[in-house]
Amino acid sequence: MSGESAGGRFLPRERDWHPPALAPDYRSSRLRSPRAPLLSLPSTLSEETGPVFGHVSIGELDHDLVHNYAAAGASALGPRILVHGYVRDQSGRPLPHTLVEIWQANAGGRYRHPNETYIAPLDPNFGGCGRCLTDADGHYRFQTIQPAPYPWPNGPNSWRPAHIHFSLFGEAFAQRLVTQMYFEGDPLIELCPIVQAIPRADAIDTLVARLDMDAALPMDMLAWRFDLVLRGRDQTYFDNRTEGL
Amino acid sequence: MAEDKLLHESPSQTAGPYVHIGCLPNFCGIGGVYAADPGSVLVNADTRGERIAITGRVFDGEGEPVKDAVLEIWQADAAGVYPSASDPRGDADPNFFGWGRAAADLATGEYRFETIRPGRVPFAEGRLQAPHVTCWIVARGINMGLQTRIYFADEAEANAQDPLLALVEPRARIDTLIAASDGDGSYRFDIHLQGARETVFLDI
Ligand SMILES: [Fe+3]
Repeated sequence: MSGESAGGRFLPRERDWHPPALAPDYRSSRLRSPRAPLLSLPSTLSEETGPVFGHVSIGELDHDLVHNYAAAGASALGPRILVHGYVRDQSGRPLPHTLVEIWQANAGGRYRHPNETYIAPLDPNFGGCGRCLTDADGHYRFQTIQPAPYPWPNGPNSWRPAHIHFSLFGEAFAQRLVTQMYFEGDPLIELCPIVQAIPRADAIDTLVARLDMDAALPMDMLAWRFDLVLRGRDQTYFDNRTEGL
Repeated sequence: MAEDKLLHESPSQTAGPYVHIGCLPNFCGIGGVYAADPGSVLVNADTRGERIAITGRVFDGEGEPVKDAVLEIWQADAAGVYPSASDPRGDADPNFFGWGRAAADLATGEYRFETIRPGRVPFAEGRLQAPHVTCWIVARGINMGLQTRIYFADEAEANAQDPLLALVEPRARIDTLIAASDGDGSYRFDIHLQGARETVFLDI
């Protein structure tokens, strides 16, 4: 029996495109970064397969952070925004029906979490979590409020740019990814050691959402476009493969 | 498609200290949005296979438990089949989802999964891998999710034939990938992010 999955091997990760484990200016990475080289080997069936969340019942409001924690008739405080985009693999193939989870601070920069200590107030109508499955074209869509920047205990005066955390699965565990979305024009992006741990400016640029006036809802919400790319499969691995070429 | 036409993967960013909000909202006190968090119990009454529990902690370079870690596991069913469309061998146990997520305890750092012992999964050229569980760890300070594997101490014969374990250098580091048996189907798997006992992490 072959050990190859129906989809084929994954392309190796571009380690010089991602942030290194140790980024000394991001203080928390100093004691939490492995120092030995990673053990590299081609993907096996264990990485080329992954959980299928199609059966998970996604609630009607799960993608709507404006309302999913709000009292009946109420909504979260802050500028209402729509965040949307496509999830594709490295060959440009859309990844349909895959789980996207997000979390974020509220419009004052405060998280609803037991370890959170920032003085900005909680919004009683904002939880900060959302999830959805991409549609058949790999498109996802959330409605939420604009999160604010917030201070954090890294340097003497460290502030995170406004951001939304994203967690993605794709169709294989090899594609598992957690990242963050930033907002075009935020001057804090350049100052943030978490962002700047990414070694290339063009890589950072792919995490910056663009204002998308075509998707904005007049008299309701501005829209931000944020596309994501997960690892692709090695298309040269199968001679007769046509799908996705 | 030529290599130069490939898109770059989205760069990874840390999950940060508040990863629970998005991944396990009920765990961190955000009730009523999702009926339940994705769970750390992978079995139900009808799941086939030997029940096991895997517990442990994640430690930083000073030996302190990482109390804000979130772990995910992915594994084959008792017959070695993955419940995934990408497994060409067909139907896995319909009562086994193969994936779980657990938060480290905010006070102690301890995590726990309840699952079944996975079967052996094929490798290339007709060889078999030893029973293993794929494990992925995120936390504040981890810029890119760390992947490792959990093998089982009482599978010495299979472990000796495993193609991944065969690549581990120096050989003494193999022990960092093997969960110790506490008896009664209970295994302990501690993860060391850094230091003399640093776990072998994978780029796979
Ligand atoms: Fe954050």
